[in-house]
Amino acid sequence: MSFQSLKEIAAAAAAQKKPFFRIILEDDMSERMVSEEESFEAMQAMYGTMRHADESYDGKMKSASGLVGNDGQKLEEALQAGKAISGSFMGEVMVKALKMGESNACMKRIVAAPTAGSCGVMPAVFLTYQKYFSVSDAKMTEAMFTAAGIGAVIAERAFIAGATGGCQAEIGSASAMAAGGLAYLMGGGEQEILHASAIALKSLLGLVCDPVAGLVEVPCVKRNVVGAVNAVTSADMALAGIVSRIPPDEVIDAMRAIGASLPCSLKETGEGGLAATPTGVEISRKLNSSF
Amino acid sequence: MNIFDIVGPVMVGPSSSHTAGAVRIGHIGRRLLNEPVANADIFLHGSFCATGKGHGTDRALIAGLLGMGTDDARIPDSFAWAGKMGLEYSFAGIELRDAHPNSVLMKLTGKKGRHLEIVAASLGGGRIKVCEIDGLEANFCGDYPTLIVRNQDQPGHVAEVTSMLAHKSVNIATMQLYRDKRGGSAVLVVECDKEVPRESIKWLEKLEGIYKVTYLSLEKDGEKT
Repeated sequence: MSFQSLKEIAAAAAAQKKPFFRIILEDDMSERMVSEEESFEAMQAMYGTMRHADESYDGKMKSASGLVGNDGQKLEEALQAGKAISGSFMGEVMVKALKMGESNACMKRIVAAPTAGSCGVMPAVFLTYQKYFSVSDAKMTEAMFTAAGIGAVIAERAFIAGATGGCQAEIGSASAMAAGGLAYLMGGGEQEILHASAIALKSLLGLVCDPVAGLVEVPCVKRNVVGAVNAVTSADMALAGIVSRIPPDEVIDAMRAIGASLPCSLKETGEGGLAATPTGVEISRKLNSSF
Repeated sequence: MNIFDIVGPVMVGPSSSHTAGAVRIGHIGRRLLNEPVANADIFLHGSFCATGKGHGTDRALIAGLLGMGTDDARIPDSFAWAGKMGLEYSFAGIELRDAHPNSVLMKLTGKKGRHLEIVAASLGGGRIKVCEIDGLEANFCGDYPTLIVRNQDQPGHVAEVTSMLAHKSVNIATMQLYRDKRGGSAVLVVECDKEVPRESIKWLEKLEGIYKVTYLSLEKDGEKT
């Protein structure tokens, strides 16, 4: 991608009187030398794969370690029985985020968005929105471009891997991407898109990557839920006219600075945080029947 | 980095480095061997060894050796597929010197008897690097058609390879040269902008002082001449 900041994308959108997503789409066309149809269809296929992955969820599966599985089904049943108080929309967002995170841990086919560990955030928000508001696949694809553009700027200015920036770089980035896409779906312009993603990212700054036994399971699966829910609340705030007092690009820069100052033990090594708790260490010891 | 590196790839979980990257390493091993793999002795280093089982790194490597891509739904069942497709394998841990934490050594034998030893590393996000071939240093990521020529360390072999490529109008993207000692074994790694004709590779193999030619083609399986 040729943009170094969200501000530049928003400025291009305003100057050319084009929606935010179109600036990203046209940039992809020139970068990969493809037609508009090719670029659009490739992104629509990604959305289709997300939907297929969601529909293919199997509540009976367990991950290789046995730590993960069945939670999406449990929450879905509680929701259907009227036991969950989050409401039906937010409840379904939570269910879908859990399901996708579990599918990933159980070696099912998913779309890394931006990473495999954070693959539940975007589909949870987007698929639920489409179901409740009956939006066309084409419009959903436009939201995917919006999200991808935000993710590309984050990757450019900071990072999107837990090993380099902690969990804020994975779940935080996924949440910012989903929030921006959702703001677009809700009728927001480039300013609402930018502030939704900034508010989402701000709220997850500092989140460390501390997976138990080094596996993409605990706490990764459940953190997809917080990333997805946070995207919805952030978009709601932005559409209400609430702005991030720190400009979006500066929030991304702050994430970079925080990630750089995190010790290695909190960046996907499985040596600190939850992984270093007595229970985490014990789980790791039991599993480590290495080769 | 383009936007489909951000939204994508489509892959079988759980980890882009430990699963998707491992599939790609297996796949590149099979392509370098240039024939179906009959036997694979696999040695896992560092984080690949410590957390590989939980991430399905072992099944991912086997899937790649069988020719599967990173999004192949058969990856979790690759051990069963190996049985059906006649691939025997073993896994063990190893401490490699100065290696990336996600590294693996694979000793491969093909169905027609060809041997290959490679050390490769998964760098994150599904990106990989081949670090060693048959005990000598190499450094390429498999994004280009790559020619690896092992020869006696004596004058003229680099010129033979480069003039052949010039003759076939194959532009060189990058080139590296390593040797174990003066007059010993040398290896030349050439990444090319287009495929090198098979007959030219056969020609190289017959030259005096050239021990072995290994080639990574990016053409799909079945298209090889």
